[in-house]
Amino acid sequence: MESFLQQVVAGLVSGGVYALLALALVMIYQATHHMNFAQGEMATFSTFVAWSLIQAGWPYWGAFFATLALSFLGGVAIQRVVVRPFEKASPLTNVVVFVALLLIFNALSGLLFHHDVRTFPSPFPKDAWFASSLIPAHGLGSIGVMLIVVGALYAFLRFTPLGLAMRAAALNPGSARLVGVRVSWMLALGWGLAAAIGAVAGMMIAPLVFLDPNMMGGVLLYAFASALLGGIDNPWGAALGGFIVGVAENLLGAYVIGTDLKLTVALVLIVGILTVRPSGLFGKIVVTRV
Amino acid sequence: MNGMNSMNEPTSLAPALAVENAPPATATGGSLSVKAVALVVALAALPLALPDYFVFQATMLLMYAIAVLGLNILMGYNGQISIGHSAFFAIGAYCSAICMDRFGMPFWATLPLAAGASFAFGFLMGFPALRLGGIYLALATFALAMATPQLLKYKLIEAWTGGVQGIVVLKPESPFTSPVAGVQVSDDYWFYLLTLAVAVVLFWLASNLLRGRIGRALIAIRDHPVAASAMGINLPVVKSVTFGISAAYTGVAGALSAVAVGFVSPDSFPGFLSITLLVAAVVGGLGSVQGAFFGALFILLIPNFAEQISKSAPSAIYGVLLLVVMVLMPRGVAGALMSLWARVASPAAVPSDPTLQTKE
Repeated sequence: MESFLQQVVAGLVSGGVYALLALALVMIYQATHHMNFAQGEMATFSTFVAWSLIQAGWPYWGAFFATLALSFLGGVAIQRVVVRPFEKASPLTNVVVFVALLLIFNALSGLLFHHDVRTFPSPFPKDAWFASSLIPAHGLGSIGVMLIVVGALYAFLRFTPLGLAMRAAALNPGSARLVGVRVSWMLALGWGLAAAIGAVAGMMIAPLVFLDPNMMGGVLLYAFASALLGGIDNPWGAALGGFIVGVAENLLGAYVIGTDLKLTVALVLIVGILTVRPSGLFGKIVVTRV
Repeated sequence: MNGMNSMNEPTSLAPALAVENAPPATATGGSLSVKAVALVVALAALPLALPDYFVFQATMLLMYAIAVLGLNILMGYNGQISIGHSAFFAIGAYCSAICMDRFGMPFWATLPLAAGASFAFGFLMGFPALRLGGIYLALATFALAMATPQLLKYKLIEAWTGGVQGIVVLKPESPFTSPVAGVQVSDDYWFYLLTLAVAVVLFWLASNLLRGRIGRALIAIRDHPVAASAMGINLPVVKSVTFGISAAYTGVAGALSAVAVGFVSPDSFPGFLSITLLVAAVVGGLGSVQGAFFGALFILLIPNFAEQISKSAPSAIYGVLLLVVMVLMPRGVAGALMSLWARVASPAAVPSDPTLQTKE
C-alpha cells in the first residue's frame, strides 16, 4: 500500500510538469489552432538559461523570475518574427515552421550549453518542513508551484481587462478586432505566456531528471497526451489531464507494462483519444460546417 | 476561414506542373523516354568513374530519394502531414532483416514483404488519420516516431528483432565473379545496381500515377476535400490507401538501407530520422517527384560536413533552412529550378511565379 501511494504521488509530481507544459500548449492552441511542437525544446532552452544564471551566482528565485521574464520576451519575439508571417498559411506550412523551431532550439541548447548531462538545483531543501517519507520536498514544492501558476493564470484571464481581451481575441478574432482589441498582439502575449509557463515546467522537472538538450522529448509527448485528454482548447482540462496522465503513466509503468514502453503509453493515449473522443474530457466539440 | 486562405499556394501548384509537363510529353514523347533511359544508364555507370566509397554514398542517395518520394506523395500531393515516417522506414528495414536472418530468404524476395508490411501499418495509421485533420495527424505520427525505438526494443519480440543488439544483415553477393565486359562487378556495385533498379521502377510508377487520374484525385483532396468528394472521389479509401502507399515506399527504402548499412538496431531509427525526411521533402520540393532527389542529396551531404563543426550544427542548418525555404521558395529546390528554367526557356513570357504566397 505504501509503495502504491508512493507511485501515485510520484505520478502527481510528474503530472504537475505535464500539466504545466500542456497548459503552455493550450495557451497557443486556443488562440491560433496551432500545436507548438517546439514547446518542449523552448522549455529546455529556458531551463539552460536559468542554469547559467545560477552558475553565475544568482540566487535561485532571482534566476527563476529572470528566466520567466526572458522566456516571456523570447516567446513574444518568436511570435512576432517567425510565426506571424505564417499566420494564414496552411497547417502543413505551420507544422514545418514549428519543426524548424524545434530543430533550432535543440541546436541552440547544444551549441551554447553543450551536450553534457548536468544537475539542476531544487529550490526546496530536502529537509524542508513539508517533506515526508511519502512525498519528497521537491515533489510537493513543484506541485505547489504548478497550482500557483494555474491560479495566477486563471486570475489573469478571468479578472483583468487584458485577460478579457485575450479571451475575446481567441474566441472571435473578427469581432474582437472591431471593438478595438489588438488581436495580433494578443497572440504574441499568448506566446509569451506559453514560453514562460514552459520555462516553469522545465525548471521543475530538471532536478528530477538531468538537464541536457533532449530533456523534454518524452515530456512533450505526455504533455500533448494531457492536453488532448483534458480537451485541447480548455486550459483547466489540460491541467487536470496532466495529473491523470502522470498518475496513469506511473501506475502502468510500475505494475502493468514496465518502464520500457512508457513512450508507447503516450502514443496509445494520443491515438486513442483522437480516434475515440477528439474533444477530450472537457473540450468543445467542434462541428465543421461545409 | 483559415483553411480557405491556405489553398492559394497548393492550388496554383497543380496547373504549374501540368503546364510544364504536358507539352513535352505529347509533342516529344519519344525523346523524353530516350532521355530517361540515358539518365538511367548514366546513373548505372556513374560509380565506375568514382572512388569506391562513393558507391555506398550513391546507394544511400537513391535509398533516401525513395523514402523522401514516399513522404512527398503523402505530404506534397495529398496534403496529409506525417512526422512519423521513420516508423515505416524501420518496419521495412526490420521486415527485410528478419526475413533474411531468420528465414534465409534472398534479399530481392524480402522487398515485396517489406513493402507489404509497411503498407499495412501505414494503412492502419491512415485510418485514424481520416478523423484527424492536419495538425492532429502530425501529432499522432510524431508520437509514433518517438515511440518506435522503444517498441523495437520490446522484450516479447526480442526473439525476432534481436532486442537492443539488432540484426546483422549480409549484403547479397554479386552473381558475377569474373569481370563483365571488362568491369568488375563487386558486391557493393551489384547492390547499387539493384537499388537503382528498384528506384527506377518506383519513380516511374509514382510519376505515372501522380500525373494521371489518381494524382489528380490526390491533389483535389489536398486542395479542397469537400469539392473532391462532391466530384465522386472516395475520400476515406483514397486517403488511407495513399498513406499506405507512402509508407510502402518508405518501407522499401528502409529495407534497402538495412542491407546498405549491413545492420539494423532500434537506435538506427530515432524520431529525428522522421524530421530529417520531412526536411528533405520540404527542401527538395513538395509536390514534385524530382524534388525527392534534391532532398535526398541535401540530407546526405549536410550532416557530412556540418558534424565537423559541431554535433548540433546539422539541426541548426536544417531548422534555419526550413524557415528560409518556407519563406523564399515554398516549392523547394525543384520548384525554384523549374521556375528558373521557365524563365530561361521562354524569356518573353515570364509567368509571374505562381507559388509566391499572396497576402490576402
